[in-house]
Amino acid sequence: MLAIARQRMLGQSFKKILPAVSVLRSYSSAAKQITVREALNSALDEEMSADPKVFLMGEEVGEYQGAYKITKGLLEKYGPERVLDTPITEAGFTGIGVGAAYYGLKPVVEFMTFNFSMQAIDHIINSAAKSNYMSAGQISVPIVFRGPNGAAAGVGAQHSQCYAAWYASCPGLKVLSPYNSEDARGLLKAAIRDPDPVVFLENELLYGESFPVSDEVLDSSFCLPIGKAKIEREGKDVTITAFSKMVGYALKAAEMLEKDGIYAEVINLRSIRPLDRSTINTSVRKTNRLITVEEGFPQHGVGAEICASVVEESFSYLDAPVERIAGADVPMPYAANLERMAVPQVEDIVRAAKRACYRSVPLAATA
Amino acid sequence: MALSHLAASASRSSSLLKPLSSALSLRRSISGDNSPLTVETSVPFTSHQCEAPSRSVETNPKELLTFFRDMALMRRMEIAADSLYKAKLIRGFCHLYDGQEAVAVGMEAAITKKDCIITAYRDHCTFVSRGGTLLEVFAELMGRQAGCSKGKGGSMHFYKKDSNFYGGHGIVGAQVPLGCGLAFAQKNSKDETVTFALYGDGAANQGQLFEALNISALWDLPAILVCENNHYGMGTAEWRAAKSPAYYKRGDYVPGLKVDGMDALAVKQACKFAKEHALKNGPIILEMDTYRYHGHSMSDPGSTYRTRDEISGVRQERDPIERIRKLILSHDLATEKELKDVEKEVRKEVDDAIAQAKESPMPEPSELFTNVYAKGLGVESFGADRKEVRATLP
Repeated sequence: MLAIARQRMLGQSFKKILPAVSVLRSYSSAAKQITVREALNSALDEEMSADPKVFLMGEEVGEYQGAYKITKGLLEKYGPERVLDTPITEAGFTGIGVGAAYYGLKPVVEFMTFNFSMQAIDHIINSAAKSNYMSAGQISVPIVFRGPNGAAAGVGAQHSQCYAAWYASCPGLKVLSPYNSEDARGLLKAAIRDPDPVVFLENELLYGESFPVSDEVLDSSFCLPIGKAKIEREGKDVTITAFSKMVGYALKAAEMLEKDGIYAEVINLRSIRPLDRSTINTSVRKTNRLITVEEGFPQHGVGAEICASVVEESFSYLDAPVERIAGADVPMPYAANLERMAVPQVEDIVRAAKRACYRSVPLAATA
Repeated sequence: MALSHLAASASRSSSLLKPLSSALSLRRSISGDNSPLTVETSVPFTSHQCEAPSRSVETNPKELLTFFRDMALMRRMEIAADSLYKAKLIRGFCHLYDGQEAVAVGMEAAITKKDCIITAYRDHCTFVSRGGTLLEVFAELMGRQAGCSKGKGGSMHFYKKDSNFYGGHGIVGAQVPLGCGLAFAQKNSKDETVTFALYGDGAANQGQLFEALNISALWDLPAILVCENNHYGMGTAEWRAAKSPAYYKRGDYVPGLKVDGMDALAVKQACKFAKEHALKNGPIILEMDTYRYHGHSMSDPGSTYRTRDEISGVRQERDPIERIRKLILSHDLATEKELKDVEKEVRKEVDDAIAQAKESPMPEPSELFTNVYAKGLGVESFGADRKEVRATLP
């Protein structure tokens, strides 16, 4: 059932976004499905094949085949000089990665989760993000920092934080967060090719999910632009922005809202920095209502920035206050019921959308 | 620690200045020639997990005169920076290197511009030894367009990528893993070059240093970690910060060498030795026993945690420029007057560069928004009042 809904939505969005990809609508064979894991693995494989300067480093990326199997098979294919298992020393190996990027190599540094990136955050911010500016362009840093971000399932407070807002506040970094397999492939390839430091925020719970991908997406030259959001589902009544796993939740919420005659436009941000303010504002000017959705802590979060942007650029178009759905303002609890309360659920998005539409009671669908 | 050193080296140096090799021509030309000369270092090297190189250093008149000139230039440059700072033409942080010049010139004499150097914030002289100009130094310190980072970096952020000088880093210790990363890339490129990652006795206790050293040893990286031990981490003496201030031994399984950092020839010998070692056997630590005359930075008088006697004592007994001057004079490579003339010349060079730097304008306002990214993708960036000041990043 979900697959059909997804296909329908994809058909609608492809029509608007990529005329070339209308190949999907005239299919004679079913679209291929790949998991996000396969998408990331194939992207790494292709970029390593295309550019000998690209190399991988991180804990368990080599012989263990990747803590989450994202780098499976790459050590065997490219050898130990290009796939490097590191000791558990984030500050040290991240600094080494940045230094290698200074010299001109293109490291892809894996953090087993982004919680561990805090041990290395000085190198991400001070050694990587700011170098091109401080050196007036002499030292550029073509590095990618990637790994799972945000909540998994039952992993507790120290292993569940979302770092999108922190990294995206820093000039000099680019911050990307894919949702589906197409995003994973296109954005990771773009990140590796980009000459600036890119923080690439994946999601552990999405690794195993399958999504349909077109032939174009599977081509080794496929790449998505950095800084452009995607309208996953068009609508006219309320805009819902989301990234990563929450895109899936927002799409489910949109389906539920449709039954009540509310047509939500779902924007998959894809790029947290640069933020596609243009797409967001254009959408809000159309729908006049906005819900921002994120997994991370609410204060100073991604939604706060989006809300500010819309208030600054499109204030007179807003018919209702901007609503924020975010993770609970508490460290992540372990107990399953509390954890469920600490992370946004589909019902939360639906409820907020109805509030924004001044409709807290479901009405019959209107034309 | 430093004081006991002073007495020892003083008595030794006077006996060492007698020429050991008589292959000397009585050239009067101040630029000197390449006829070989062998000089003994002030003290023998102390080694850890390796065999120390010989105390006899091969040099020649040209090299010694170049050492003199370069160090005199650096000395003058740093003293001039002191004045500019007090005149409020230099703002923020300014960490001066006077006293430590021998490390910069000795290292440069042992390597090529294809080898990499990375250091922390006491970087003005290292930048110059890598080929940076005085104009670039003073203009950068004063935040002008002609600065090496176009005025956007400041004292702590000098870079010269075309001669493999990678800065210029403000976060204590961060430059060490970065340097090991450079070494990784050099090994990958197979071009038989090495990286010298410099850090101070204050940074020597940083965890990330040991993390990077561990990886460098595991992966056999051509990384040379150089501890410029000036015995004070800001205001904290080494014995108050390090349980073991034998920094050349702190690598444990990584070999190390302790070097008189005030003796440019000893530095040269050690760096030459280290480069050969690193290319064959992976990382090595060099501890340069050196001294800074100024405080940690211009906001530190440097005399609340050291006695004036100690500072003047080092200046009298171990000054690197005086050592080379005595060497030159005792070998008859130049006269006192000629050396004084060199000092006058470099003083003029420095003054001219300052005058030129003062002429250089401050950066254009549009420069606020350049170089944020290498590839800006046409995104928007904002000033303090985003409705007033916006820019598209190139």
